[in-house]
Amino acid sequence: MKKFILKRLLMAVMILFFVSFIIYALMRCMPMDFVTALAQKKAQSGAGKSVSEWIAQLNAVYGLDKGLLQGYGSWIAKAVTGDFGESWKYTIPVTEKFGSVIWYSFVLNIICFVLEMAIAIPLGILAARKQYSRTDYTITTFALMGISLPSFFFATVLKLIFCVKLGWFDLFGVVSKYHETMTPFMKVLDMAHHYILPVITLTIVSIGSLMRYTRTNMLEVLNSDYIRTARAKGLSEKVVINKHAFRNTLIPIITLVGGMLPGLFSGAMITETLFGIPGIGYVSYQAMVEGDIPFTMFYMLFLAMLTLLGTLLSDILYAVVDPRVRVH
Amino acid sequence: MADKDKIMKNDDNENASLKSTSNLTTNENEMNEDQRVKILSPGMLVIKRFIRNRLAIVGTIILVAMMIFSFVGGLISPYKENQTFYEKSDISKDFASASLSTSYSFYYADGVTLESSLVEPSFLKSLSMGDNFATDKKGSFLYTITEQSEGFYTISRATSLGSVTLNDDGTVNESEFGAELQSSDKLQSTLLTAIETNEDSIEVDGNVYSVISTKKNNYTLCSTEKVGVATNKIISLIDENEAVSYEFVNALEAALAEDKKELDYNGDSYRLEENEGFDVLYKGESEFACISEYSMNSESGEALPIEMRTAILKAITAREKSFEYKGKEYTLKNKDKAYTISTLTKKELLDRHAAPSKQHWLGTDKDGMDNLTRLMYGGRISLFIGFIVVIIELFIGIILGGMAGYFGGWVDNLIMRLVDIAICIPAMPIYIILGSIMDTNNVDAQFRIFYLMLVLGILSWPGIARMVRGQILSLREQEFMIATEATGIAVRRRIFRHLIPNVIPQLIVIATMDLGSIILTEATLSFLGLGVKFPYASWGNIINAVNDSFVMTHYWYEWIPAGFLILLTVLGFNFVGDGLRDAFDPKMKR
Repeated sequence: MKKFILKRLLMAVMILFFVSFIIYALMRCMPMDFVTALAQKKAQSGAGKSVSEWIAQLNAVYGLDKGLLQGYGSWIAKAVTGDFGESWKYTIPVTEKFGSVIWYSFVLNIICFVLEMAIAIPLGILAARKQYSRTDYTITTFALMGISLPSFFFATVLKLIFCVKLGWFDLFGVVSKYHETMTPFMKVLDMAHHYILPVITLTIVSIGSLMRYTRTNMLEVLNSDYIRTARAKGLSEKVVINKHAFRNTLIPIITLVGGMLPGLFSGAMITETLFGIPGIGYVSYQAMVEGDIPFTMFYMLFLAMLTLLGTLLSDILYAVVDPRVRVH
Repeated sequence: MADKDKIMKNDDNENASLKSTSNLTTNENEMNEDQRVKILSPGMLVIKRFIRNRLAIVGTIILVAMMIFSFVGGLISPYKENQTFYEKSDISKDFASASLSTSYSFYYADGVTLESSLVEPSFLKSLSMGDNFATDKKGSFLYTITEQSEGFYTISRATSLGSVTLNDDGTVNESEFGAELQSSDKLQSTLLTAIETNEDSIEVDGNVYSVISTKKNNYTLCSTEKVGVATNKIISLIDENEAVSYEFVNALEAALAEDKKELDYNGDSYRLEENEGFDVLYKGESEFACISEYSMNSESGEALPIEMRTAILKAITAREKSFEYKGKEYTLKNKDKAYTISTLTKKELLDRHAAPSKQHWLGTDKDGMDNLTRLMYGGRISLFIGFIVVIIELFIGIILGGMAGYFGGWVDNLIMRLVDIAICIPAMPIYIILGSIMDTNNVDAQFRIFYLMLVLGILSWPGIARMVRGQILSLREQEFMIATEATGIAVRRRIFRHLIPNVIPQLIVIATMDLGSIILTEATLSFLGLGVKFPYASWGNIINAVNDSFVMTHYWYEWIPAGFLILLTVLGFNFVGDGLRDAFDPKMKR
């Protein structure tokens, strides 16, 4: 097991190396809007330098005057030591900005995650037990509709109904106008109030896949021989479902859910942007659009790491939960 | 996923069981209903199972409807993708302006060189002071002004013949006569009588002289020579090419002074028709000029027809707010004696955000284009992108996955590491970055679509490659493959006749599901303004209109239908994909 994990980790480092290089190369292809805009601003404010002089100087400052390989080399040399540089847009170290916004995303995602599990797993099992019944069709339709809903459209409809027509929520932001004057308890409530719509959006949109996964696996379990045996033994349906079937369904579910855990930190770009939640998704979207290379590099690498971690975690969990699986 | 690997096995088991069933039937020579069903070919079985799934049928119907809507709809629709619509609306447009003339027009006799810059200001000054003469700065008078009739003044050059200063009792205090006056007693006496009777012009021996009082009790006798006419009336000629000459004004003025209605000038006879506030001058029978106190200008710079002028003047004098002229309604606005004449003109404007109507079932968008037609063309592009991307990802995925699965060894290792890397690249940020790169380079909207297809395809192949490899790996080990080897079938035939066909059901399911998710991704990108761009329509960029919050709150018909179309289409693909998966995998059936 230790050897397996070590091997996978080494592999992950290799993959990260290549992924970061690809991303870096892509970022360097990006139009240097950021530097050009900044240079124009600086040139206008005086100091007697022309735009092109400023561009040259800023390129040197931001390390853009080097070649692709050199630039990547100096970037990765620093990144290995945990120094991801300073964000151009936010003008503070990337990791500092990341640390200040990640919790908004994490809170949003963890609430959705819990809700998703609480709703999707029972409904998935119910649908599998009554396959091709009206309940099954309803649940499957609901799940598939969630998958098929464009999140931006759903978020906009929610905003139209609840923010504009009913006026229950603010259109943007994570705190209300009078947030500063509130008691700590009220502050939490205020934030929670602003999180309602984003949570609904994210949950509905992402609930479908887990529900269908549960249903598929439950169906497979229900079709297996040991369930037939259990029924043949004369066990009550309750015991068959809850003890025999459910526990076996949990194996793939835990594997999937374990793989989802790192994703809790990845942020929800569209939802956060639409609801104005200053989480990692929103902040990095802004950084990306403005061509802030250090921040984007960091965020993409972070996402790649989360993906790798997710696969690793689900592989390990698979082995842990199901003793039949041998890890090579 | 584990279940996918098993599906094909099942199909094979089923083949085997079918064979045994058919053996059974031939042996026992009877066939009940159940068995008859089982004898169906595997393909028919799949279709049967598919048809039994109600959701799959609903999905199929949705998809067929969407295809018809998108691909046929565009042909049926009477409008084109980028056809803009205009609405005719009445716009109050300033037509002309009229104002009470406060300035004077001056007409000078030919050959008279007057420094008009000198005369005209002093004329206005003396007029405002009520004087009947105009002097220069030194005080020596130069011109006399005589009001002939209302608004008509003659300007005459005055030559001083002499002046006389009187005492308060009327006796001559001092006199300073020029040579002509000195020699003529008659002139002197007439002057004195004129002073006594307070006349300002005298006539002696057929010559007209003016008596001007510049200071109190000081009178000057001048001989005058008429050099010009000043009038505050505006004489506007019908024929723009003609000009009003001094002589004509003179004649006109003389006629007006004598209250004559007719005058002759240069052999033509003119007739004056007086109206309240303005006069119309006819030359022969045709209208020649309009004389009024108002100066008028049309906004277009064209000359106003005389009827128009008279209509405006009539309205002004009658203090009417509006009048009609040639069937058109004009309104008058009075502001400090300056009138603005405006009229409602039909103007064509882009028919923006029009509400649903018979012509436009879903109204029009912010560019005045028909929403329903845009939706049809948008669907065409969205579906088209979906199909192309799926073809690209299938192509890359099958080749790489197949190679990895069949050859194994280092090829497998290399390709799988490539897949690992590709899976780790976060897709959404890459799309966003590429979108903004294309934005800055001003990539043509059509090429953007191609790039979008390519990028989406390149980033989504790893899933398929993995699946194909897994399938081929497990199929390779199965008995039927061993059998093909044992019977000595050629490698090429083994791959294409026995391996690939067994992967196809999985591929169909994955491709169907991917179509939905690609349409969703494309819509999201277009919504963010990074995917399909104007002038091309896509369901995503139609919803992009909600970035204007006024559109979001007021024009639901512009973006809600597009959202539902995306939802329905993706749902249709998912229903069908789900149904296909269940149909291909009989184990799921209880």
